[in-house]
Amino acid sequence: MTRRDLTSHLGLIAGLFALHFILPAYHHGVFARVMVLAVYAIGYNIAFGYTGLLSLGHAMFFGAGMYGVGIASYHFAIPALPAWIIGLGCGALLALVVGLLALRTEGVSFMIVTLMFAQAAYLVILYFSEYTRGDDGLVIPGDMRAIGSWDLSDEGTRYLLAWALFSIALMLSLWLVRHPFGRVLVALRENEERARLLGYDTGGRKLAALVISGTISAAAGGAYATMFGYVGASFAGVQYSIFALLWVLLGGAGTVLGPFVGVLFMTYLNDVASGVTEAYMLIAGVVLVLLTLFAPQGIVGEIRRRFWKDLP
Amino acid sequence: MEFGPYLMLAMLEGAVLAAVLALMASGLSLVFGVMRVVNVAHGEFYMLGAVMAWVVTQFMMGLGGGPAVNFIAAAVLAPLIVGSIAAAADVVILKRLNYDPERVIVATIGLLYIIQQAALMGYGPDAKPVVAPFNERIALPWVAWGENGLEMYYPWGLSTTSYKLFVIVAAVVILAGLRLFMTRSRAGLIMRATQLDGEMATAFGIPVERVYAIVFGAGAALAALAGVLIVPIQQAHYLMGGDALLLSFIVVIIGGLGSLAGTVVAAVLIGMSDGIISVFFTPTLAKIIATLAVALVLVFRPQGLFGVKNR
Repeated sequence: MTRRDLTSHLGLIAGLFALHFILPAYHHGVFARVMVLAVYAIGYNIAFGYTGLLSLGHAMFFGAGMYGVGIASYHFAIPALPAWIIGLGCGALLALVVGLLALRTEGVSFMIVTLMFAQAAYLVILYFSEYTRGDDGLVIPGDMRAIGSWDLSDEGTRYLLAWALFSIALMLSLWLVRHPFGRVLVALRENEERARLLGYDTGGRKLAALVISGTISAAAGGAYATMFGYVGASFAGVQYSIFALLWVLLGGAGTVLGPFVGVLFMTYLNDVASGVTEAYMLIAGVVLVLLTLFAPQGIVGEIRRRFWKDLP
Repeated sequence: MEFGPYLMLAMLEGAVLAAVLALMASGLSLVFGVMRVVNVAHGEFYMLGAVMAWVVTQFMMGLGGGPAVNFIAAAVLAPLIVGSIAAAADVVILKRLNYDPERVIVATIGLLYIIQQAALMGYGPDAKPVVAPFNERIALPWVAWGENGLEMYYPWGLSTTSYKLFVIVAAVVILAGLRLFMTRSRAGLIMRATQLDGEMATAFGIPVERVYAIVFGAGAALAALAGVLIVPIQQAHYLMGGDALLLSFIVVIIGGLGSLAGTVVAAVLIGMSDGIISVFFTPTLAKIIATLAVALVLVFRPQGLFGVKNR
């Protein structure tokens, strides 16, 4: 990690901390949500952006974290922090099982297999509606939404906790991609055969990348559940898998800052669009098509290409 | 109703689903077979077909046509319109991506939302019906042992409609026509040549880009035709594409990507078993089993259950 890497990323983290004191109430709330969802996008970026695994099923990992927390605190009255760890475990385990099976395929097949697994997971949530309350979802009881004396339903605490989680995930992903392990992942994305020829255990690395990616996504899902107090099946639906892809592509796949930039842009774009029409997802579709046509690198990717060659 | 007639009813409903699914999935399979790309927006072309059928019949009703004339107009115009839209999308978007498989997936996801949301804006959030050209109720007989030996009777509730039978026959005719077109006509020959080796086809003077646009349009038109056929049974709604897309993915994968015969066999298998499994289990469980089965087929037998390994 160079000093320049550190200053730029720590700069963003410091800036977000400063915004806590500046932002008006509405945008303060939006930013808290953006930071949690950016953690999900950071997780997706490790699989898609760095390792080149086009998954259309990451909502199942987000959902695993979310329902891990939701069921633990709703049915078993487990407090927020241990529940969150349970959610992490659910995500990691699911990613391991899915990875062992799905990584036997690649490319388009991998995308369809992950899509199908995620669809099955979504249907399982609806099927066991006795525990998950199906489409209605679970509302997490207020006394389960506290870590010690911090009340997570309080907006200030929520922002700071989202900020802390985001900072950890951002620095973790920066460290990972600068680490030799992360460099091997990039090598896998660029040319898997060559990496194998050089003696790397490509299957093991891809599995590890997917498990890390799934666990981070689950961390975001679990945090979302406690922070916003609601667990719903729609978060595990195919739309949330596509959102992750959209955010990462918009911000810049394979860049550390890209996921945050993508979520932030898309959130405000949707905000503006849904004020105009109920068909606000139209914007998401147009953005996806335009991105693939004209800017496959995304926003941060373009910055890297033009101004800052070694941006991680 | 007893079990036997009940099962027969489930199989009839399953056959209607299988017919529509076979049409739709063969469009997806045709596009994958020739162009080697997965069209994620395929379900939206099906929805657009159904919506266009409503638009055309509404327009024709204004001209004072009867249900049969209106329906024929819809069956001709809707696939044409949808096919043209798809061919245009191919030229404007997919061609510029050089048909790179992963970028095409992302672009067609975008296309999916554009079409779906445009339908929401133009057509509205409500489901709207189209009147079937004919819809006589046909009671079906059942045989059982009675006092006088084997008796034939008409159990209450065991019936279908002439329109549902028409859907099955129409799908069979269209698929047979498609098969003949691909194997016997010159255009079919050109498509198969492009499928086998695009570069070589170019070298022999085949306008590959135009073939791709036509194939993409034809695939979408097949989906639209399926949409037109289903709309008198199941109203047109802007979100109807999602489930249909998933089902046709399932069919195409089980049948072997790109194999037309396998697709039809798989459509019958999935359509019928969906009808029958839903009788014994809840539909959600049936869907869970089907999606997991597809994932495992792709993992362990990527050429599909009926496909042959190529190369």
